[in-house]
Amino acid sequence: MHNFDFVKPATIADAVKALGADGAQPLSGGQTLIPTMKQRLAAPTVLVSLTGIGEMKGVCMGDGGLHIGAATSHAVVAQEAASSYPALAALAGGIGDPAVRNKGTIGGSLANNDPAACYPSAVLASGATVVTNKRKIAADDYFQGMFSTALAEGEIITSVIFPIPQKAAYVKFNQPASRFALTAVFVAKYAGGVRVAVTGASAGGVFRWAEAEAALSSNFSASAIAGLSADASDMIGDLHGTQAYRANLVKVLTGRAVTAAG
Amino acid sequence: MTKVTMTVNGKSVSAETEGRTLLSAYLRDGLRLTGTHVGCDTSQCGACVVHVDGKPVKSCTVFAQDVAGADVRTIEGMANADGSLGVIQQAFQDHHGLQCGFCTPGMVMSAAALLAENPKPSEHEVRHYLDGNICRCTGYHNIVKAVMAASGQDVSALAAE
Repeated sequence: MHNFDFVKPATIADAVKALGADGAQPLSGGQTLIPTMKQRLAAPTVLVSLTGIGEMKGVCMGDGGLHIGAATSHAVVAQEAASSYPALAALAGGIGDPAVRNKGTIGGSLANNDPAACYPSAVLASGATVVTNKRKIAADDYFQGMFSTALAEGEIITSVIFPIPQKAAYVKFNQPASRFALTAVFVAKYAGGVRVAVTGASAGGVFRWAEAEAALSSNFSASAIAGLSADASDMIGDLHGTQAYRANLVKVLTGRAVTAAG
Repeated sequence: MTKVTMTVNGKSVSAETEGRTLLSAYLRDGLRLTGTHVGCDTSQCGACVVHVDGKPVKSCTVFAQDVAGADVRTIEGMANADGSLGVIQQAFQDHHGLQCGFCTPGMVMSAAALLAENPKPSEHEVRHYLDGNICRCTGYHNIVKAVMAASGQDVSALAAE
């Protein structure tokens, strides 16, 4: 790995300032970025650690729902969101393995927007708000394709606000080697309707399955989507599963998530 | 070079680091604590698991400067004060929880973290918790058995497979 200067600011303001340096890049839990740097696919000249910033950590109820600091680890979310948003806590508790969950953060996952990551589906299905040092971004505007987000240069996620659904569940079909989602579906039922977000399946990254949302909003049961099929043309096809296989998983997992949500 | 100080196995220690120095390198090269093994160096295998402030992490995927000042525990800190094997280590020996032994430091550190969180885990819980620790020799059965035994549970019913 190429060498770099390491800085660990204690406030958001200092982090933003440090990120103004040429070649600077933020580091959160590092569970994706460090392996990426080892392969020299990323070579920042300054690495700005965000995990020493107290105001970016923690889980609490507040205006608009559950507020989670961007530098909060998956393990902490799994524990501290368990009573307020159990489906989200279960998602966090199923990412990677215990050691990865102690380092990886929600903000890091969302900023990276891996097409097979878990968190993007929860954020999109919950209609959550991504809060940055500059603005608030609605989930529907935030995800802009594989590894691509609405974040501008030097902009960092500071927290995420999740409206609490009436019912929700996340069902993940594991890719057993990587522990990412081969395909996974997050279903959340709100007073205003049902949202269904799919990760791991599409080359465009996380997406909402509109037909299923419409069907489930009028009848929240697995049978409501029996006649639907997800469009396979946009799915990822690789040695782990064909496009048709992933399209089928989308439907099967959506049904399972609805049943699990009760 | 930046001098990084932390507490390792109860002692305050320091070593020079670059920005890119991983915690695994800090321990092995800086402190000569070579019990922490680097198996894959790609965050997959778990041989390098150590505890940072009580939580297991993969030391090959943490920068040393990011954990300056932390309280770190490695496999060298798992023996009893008199140098005899700790409970988990002894259980690994008693139940043949290792063959080549390369993954064992990570296995023991993960097992210790599990038992701290969950003193009487079920077999399923042990297997689930060790998800991020890969062993290429044992087939895991005796590792799981050793962890169950270390938790004080009767493992006589766990048949060898």
